[in-house]
Amino acid sequence: MTTVAVPGKVRPAGLLRRPTATRGFWSWFTTVDHKKIAIMYGVTALLFFVIAGIEALFIRLQLLSPNGTILTAARYNEFFTMHGTTMVFLVGMPMAVAFGNYLIPLMIGARDVAFPRLNAFGYWVVLFGGLFLYSSFVLGGAPNGGWFGYTPLTSTPMSGGFLPGHGPDFWAVGLILMGIGSTTSAINFIVTILNLRAPGMSLMRMPVFVWMMLVVAFLTLFAIPPVTAALIMVFFDRNYLTNFFVGGKGGDPLLYQHLFWIFGHPEVYILILPGMGIVSEILPVFSRKPLFGYSVVIFSGIAIGFLGWGVWAHHMFATGLGPVAITAFGLSTMLIAVPTGVKIFNWLGTVWGGSLRLKTPMLFALGFIAMFTIGGLSGVTHSIVPADTQQTDTYYIVAHFHYVLFGGLIFAVIGGIYYWFPKMYGRYMNDKLGKFNFWTLLIGFNLTFFPMHFLGLWGMPRRTYYYPKGYGWETMNLLATIGGFIIAFSTLLFIVNILTSRYRGELAPDDPWDGRTLEWTIPSPPPEYNFAEIPIVHERDDFWHRKYTEDDQGRLVRIPSGGAIDTPAATTTGGGGHEDGNDEGHGIHMPSPSYFPFVLALGLPLLGYAAVFKDPWILAPLGVIVLLFGMYAWALEPGSE
Amino acid sequence: MTDREVRQRRGRRVLASVGGAVVLLTACGPENRQNTLRPHGSSAQKILDLFRWPFWIAILIGVLVLGATVFAAIRFRERPGNENPKQVHGNTALEIGWTIVPLLILVVIAVPTVATIWDLAKAPRANALNIRVVGKQWWWEFQYPDQKIVTGDEFHIPAGRQVRLQLTACDPSLGSGAALCNVIHSFWIPELAGKQDVVPGRTQRLVIQADRNTAGRTFLGQCAEYCGLSHARMRLRVKVDAPDKFDEWIASQQQRPDPLFDKRGNATSDAAKLIGKYGCASCHSIDDPSKNSYGPNLAHLASRENFASDSYPLTKENLTRWILDAPSMVPMQTKGCPRGQKPGCVGMPSFTKNLAPGDSPMSTRDAETIASYLLNQK
Repeated sequence: MTTVAVPGKVRPAGLLRRPTATRGFWSWFTTVDHKKIAIMYGVTALLFFVIAGIEALFIRLQLLSPNGTILTAARYNEFFTMHGTTMVFLVGMPMAVAFGNYLIPLMIGARDVAFPRLNAFGYWVVLFGGLFLYSSFVLGGAPNGGWFGYTPLTSTPMSGGFLPGHGPDFWAVGLILMGIGSTTSAINFIVTILNLRAPGMSLMRMPVFVWMMLVVAFLTLFAIPPVTAALIMVFFDRNYLTNFFVGGKGGDPLLYQHLFWIFGHPEVYILILPGMGIVSEILPVFSRKPLFGYSVVIFSGIAIGFLGWGVWAHHMFATGLGPVAITAFGLSTMLIAVPTGVKIFNWLGTVWGGSLRLKTPMLFALGFIAMFTIGGLSGVTHSIVPADTQQTDTYYIVAHFHYVLFGGLIFAVIGGIYYWFPKMYGRYMNDKLGKFNFWTLLIGFNLTFFPMHFLGLWGMPRRTYYYPKGYGWETMNLLATIGGFIIAFSTLLFIVNILTSRYRGELAPDDPWDGRTLEWTIPSPPPEYNFAEIPIVHERDDFWHRKYTEDDQGRLVRIPSGGAIDTPAATTTGGGGHEDGNDEGHGIHMPSPSYFPFVLALGLPLLGYAAVFKDPWILAPLGVIVLLFGMYAWALEPGSE
Repeated sequence: MTDREVRQRRGRRVLASVGGAVVLLTACGPENRQNTLRPHGSSAQKILDLFRWPFWIAILIGVLVLGATVFAAIRFRERPGNENPKQVHGNTALEIGWTIVPLLILVVIAVPTVATIWDLAKAPRANALNIRVVGKQWWWEFQYPDQKIVTGDEFHIPAGRQVRLQLTACDPSLGSGAALCNVIHSFWIPELAGKQDVVPGRTQRLVIQADRNTAGRTFLGQCAEYCGLSHARMRLRVKVDAPDKFDEWIASQQQRPDPLFDKRGNATSDAAKLIGKYGCASCHSIDDPSKNSYGPNLAHLASRENFASDSYPLTKENLTRWILDAPSMVPMQTKGCPRGQKPGCVGMPSFTKNLAPGDSPMSTRDAETIASYLLNQK
């Protein structure tokens, strides 16, 4: 669909005109360009990262010393709820989608994703879902039932009083909204990856990152429905007395936990697999060696994706499931450590014997291996079920999943931004500042979260707005708080680096790192149509093999006739690329921008407010009108302008 | 200083810091009576024994992997001459190896894990003491059905004897209906046993047993499942008694204090008058140690070390403050609900702030009178 040429100047049938501007402020609202949408996802995720970070700093300040008084109990409960919810749904997932959006088409040799308007719609829904969620702070109380929102705490009717205020309503509806966004991007990624690969790009020639995003997209597609069902039930229990989760009335609070964790555990892999993909791209480039055991890394990722569905009850070892169930889930949890371990060893195999350029992206990738390993190992100790009944709901768990998700995902994401920034903007990020960023983050991160292992084992539970004096928890909490502020400082460095490098960074060539994958064959920043000519792929790491070959001993040899780096046209289907971003010479037709993804998405939070405030007279009809208008206009607008 | 000396000194320093780290790791941490690494009960001990070896295996693997990462980063750094490394695409033998070896390690961990799961699930012996634990917002009630006593925040168990805990978050004995069900809590006394969630609509079971040599000791615990506003305050205390001391404690708890009101409903003392005036008895059982109530049973309050979910030492000053304005000491959801319970109210109301229209604030003198009365309830 991306290469359909419009014959002549015949206007296609349609009621409405489509916008044409691809530059300027307003173009951001109508764009369907996967790269622009990716940047919007990324900026949104970074903004929410800062907000969630500020919430975390307040949490750490409160716990700086015993009997903290910075926050009230009510505010503390809101902050830890929103910190978790934000990091999972508004930082981790959108950030992965940002990378996927930017890179999947570039890596598989496509000009856009399969459904460009749906792509834009997904972004706007996630953004509006996030704004909706945060509007609760001024509209009747922020969510305060935890990111996991266990029933009956969250599902008891407002008048019944366990959690007064609208917090849990905003939480349930907001998550449903964001789930709609995640589902659309999952469908989009799956169809894009399966259908829009360049000629010759067989599945087993795909970059690992694309593979991991494919697994993630399938996980998202199947994980969102159970949690959506659970959230709708929570909302109905709370507002319409349905008793799905009311223990005393024949419902069952534990039903909610099963539904939530059937989503929640695959969700963990939804968050970490993109990070694994990013690292699997960075390590070979900066080691000048191919990924060690490509197919094993891929199959491990798929195995994690499958096993991820069979471990949910390890979040429920203390709920009294009985010895048969907890034995089964304990064993399946142990089993999932195997493919995870295989990946770590393969990454080590990749760097082993290489020629390591310790640039900032590489430092973050190596940091990822180290930190993720610690998180993985503490994860194995949770599978020892009786021990988990001591660990669960303590700071030991907080330490564990921050090593996996911060030491894992966030390190990979930051490394990935350093790595692909030159492609996005044609400029390097500052490497010196980047290294400083890395070391401060590594130190701050470990100072914050390593002591939490001890706190947990020494009996400090999670989600407590204070702790009394005299429990011996003071020192470790003090260290954690100091570490938290070092993380904040390091994050500031990172943001400064992005902002200054964006406009004043050192200019980068199209292939700044001697890359291996297709995105490095095109200009930086990439033209709207990505590839002037769709490349033909002959090998895994195709671009690398155009530049290098191996001698008898397997050593790397640059292809002498090469010089191919800056002339991508030589290996495409023919013809030359115009560097000015003007596509006329190629007859490339790109999808036109559209107003309606934005409009359609705008209808959803209106309906959300209508649901929360039970307003059938103004907000609900308004939402329906906007929604219907958006749908019809979307369907009826011309195919292009 | 020669190079060698420098190296030796550096070596010693490295050794010292590694040693320090090991000490830190092996240290069991503070003696805070709530430390999973200092078990004093059979379950907690079994769990720690189970956890110990995998913990060290994990440390070993972690050190190896992290060491390999750092080693690789230094050893294989880009240097003149290594720009074109050998292109290794994989090694089937190695990859099968590092699939199988972790699998074997996990089998070694799995066998005792499964054995312990089933061991801990065993039914208690017939002579076990029965205690019914009710999780409420935000305190624990302990009912001894065979001894017919009820207490809160603090309870006693005999050393060396199994205790069969039946845990629930609903309290049907107060009446019927879902309104008397609470939210999910998690019962946890780290030095005695792992956690057991308390789920409305279910009766959960947990067997605990304090070691024989712990008579006279106190262990602490707290709710581990987030249960709303004052989750952090939902603490508890268990006192382990020698068997004869435990029987004495039971006997003392079974004694009924003088009734607050005579058969005609007249207050029997000044304090009783005030208790009637402020409606304390609508939430608390005050003169009957065998009854459970919305708030903790206060019949033998003075026999406890702390009060307010084990948050404050039981002194007259603290108790007076508490009676006047409990929400200033433990956050409560009681704005606008000073007397009795209505939907939306959770916890103890203030008697000086956020009063219902028409109510006048309680005087400090009244509060002191009530406090003195309660402190005589040994």
